[in-house]
Amino acid sequence: MKFKFTFWKTVFLVIMALGLYSAYVRYAHGLGAATNMSDQFPWGFWIGFDCLCGVMLAAGGFCMVGAVYLFNVESLHSVVRPAVLTAFLGYLLFIVGLLFDLGRPWFIWHQLIYMNPHSVMFEVGMCVMTYTTVLFFEFLPNVFERFNLKTPIKWIHKIYPVLIVAGILLSTLHQSSLGSLYLIMPSKLHPFWYSPALPFFFFASAVAVGLAMTIFESTQSAKALGRHLELSVLVRLGGALLVALWVNALLRFEDFFRRDMLRQIVKPSYEAYFLWLELALSFVIPITLLSFRRVRLSPGGLYLASVISLFGFITNRLNVSLIGFETFVGHHYVPKWTEFSVTLMIIATGFALFGVAVKYLPIFPREELVDEGFTLSKVMAPNVSPVLEHAGD
Amino acid sequence: MSKAILYDSTLCIGCKQCEAACARQNNLRYDDGVASESVQSEHKYTVVMTKGDKFMRRLCMHCEHPACASVCPVGAFHKTKEGPVVYDVWKCIGCRYCMATCVFSQPKYEWGSLNPRVRKCIMCPERVVAGKPTACAEICPTGATKFGDRDDLIKEAQDRIRQNPSTYLDRIYGLHEVGGTCVLILSGMNVEEFGYPASAKIGDTPMPEYTGRVMERVPDFIPVWSLVLGGIYWISHRRAEVAAAEAEERKNGGAR
Repeated sequence: MKFKFTFWKTVFLVIMALGLYSAYVRYAHGLGAATNMSDQFPWGFWIGFDCLCGVMLAAGGFCMVGAVYLFNVESLHSVVRPAVLTAFLGYLLFIVGLLFDLGRPWFIWHQLIYMNPHSVMFEVGMCVMTYTTVLFFEFLPNVFERFNLKTPIKWIHKIYPVLIVAGILLSTLHQSSLGSLYLIMPSKLHPFWYSPALPFFFFASAVAVGLAMTIFESTQSAKALGRHLELSVLVRLGGALLVALWVNALLRFEDFFRRDMLRQIVKPSYEAYFLWLELALSFVIPITLLSFRRVRLSPGGLYLASVISLFGFITNRLNVSLIGFETFVGHHYVPKWTEFSVTLMIIATGFALFGVAVKYLPIFPREELVDEGFTLSKVMAPNVSPVLEHAGD
Repeated sequence: MSKAILYDSTLCIGCKQCEAACARQNNLRYDDGVASESVQSEHKYTVVMTKGDKFMRRLCMHCEHPACASVCPVGAFHKTKEGPVVYDVWKCIGCRYCMATCVFSQPKYEWGSLNPRVRKCIMCPERVVAGKPTACAEICPTGATKFGDRDDLIKEAQDRIRQNPSTYLDRIYGLHEVGGTCVLILSGMNVEEFGYPASAKIGDTPMPEYTGRVMERVPDFIPVWSLVLGGIYWISHRRAEVAAAEAEERKNGGAR
């Protein structure tokens, strides 16, 4: 077998090597050696990014399943499978990230026997566990189709309504509960981010991110697979994203207004800079961009607006989980390089698994290419080998 | 009746015997090096801080409504009926939500360990159950740290303030803070100067209520939201079915 080093392959291998070394440091020398967490900063980058952002970025699954199967929006059908795949991988990797962050990951199953129903973390844990199972079942038809197993597909189709309703219910619960985690810290979390409405913000932003993420991953995989991009789908998603961003922005504005924060947030301060960055990336820039018809109708414009808003919501989660605590603690927290490299390794694994899955499973249906009459695409469709070269994209 | 510790900082002479007794009780190393550390850590559950000629102790406050116990996903913390908030290490999964939550930042972590535990003052539960005072209260030579029934200690603290209004500030820290704590502090200066969170900032509301308001809605939310989602599913699919049937009918009608 010939192995050729391409740019992305090399990047991927470097990331994996550094990540494995960091994993060794984590498990051989403990959290203290592998992270910059401390008694003052018990939750660091792994909670802020891997957990909060990871779950948020996997929201595309329930958004698209909701649109297509719940509201029966047929035109979005082609993006459901990649969205469900992304969500499934996202949750699996979230659990992997958790195994790094937990001090005693070998006891993670204690959740099932020593339950504390008052704990938000318990609710999140149970929801994530059951939702990952639901996603597994939503993902299974890909495998069954691949091996032409007709009977199990029929079974899955029978329970599909239950899966869909359960999946959206569980997503509503735990996406919002990730915000509820912080409700108990009113004196620690900076007032810019502490709000009784945190669960609503976390859920509303997850919906926006779900849409942006679907645009991002459709564009990205179309490029990687040399597939034809269905502009009509992207345009619909872009329109929905614009609405979702407006809803989020108004919710945030109303919250600042009601809590009398408007005067504080415009005054320059350490926290204000991060808040401005967050608001600019998640609302001001993408909403402005998407307000132009020309942008809303161009794949490049939609891609750009989506990616910017994704960065905005990632900033939001990091603000809530890290920046918002710095004033209370009295000093800064900067993650150690090993923390970044573990996270990078997890992300790279996600991209690689996505690449492998689309190569071997019918994630992107071929019929639709025939339907649209793109003879060129039809010829190209089975030729998906370049995907691994872009695995680290 | 709930037991408590009354710490009167005006009586404290900073001898740090409470620190040493605490370390002995919990099998922790205690030497000159540890004695000179002025912050709490996984090997120092209580600390006597010095500011000029004033002293102040810090230890777990043993809240009447402990946030750590309410947030722990596996219930590794619980409040005993005698007052101490204790920790069951065998349940702990190491999520550190207790540390992130505690307004007094009391739980500390064994960051260097491969099987880390959360560490904090647990108010000598075996001694308390046996009717004995905590190790720190027992050894205190001046009575600055006193152990007893919470209600009695509150009365005593109020008496001390009344008798010496010039010595004490008119406040008992821990009486109402976050719904009341089992460590009560009397002082001539504001405890905030020693790093305690300000009363106004943490408020009198028990911390678990902040999440309780949301969590208590979950049991109702689940069936209602399931029904709504199921209803949407049914309506949108029924619509498609009806539309298909109508189209079929029109086609048949046209053929006839």
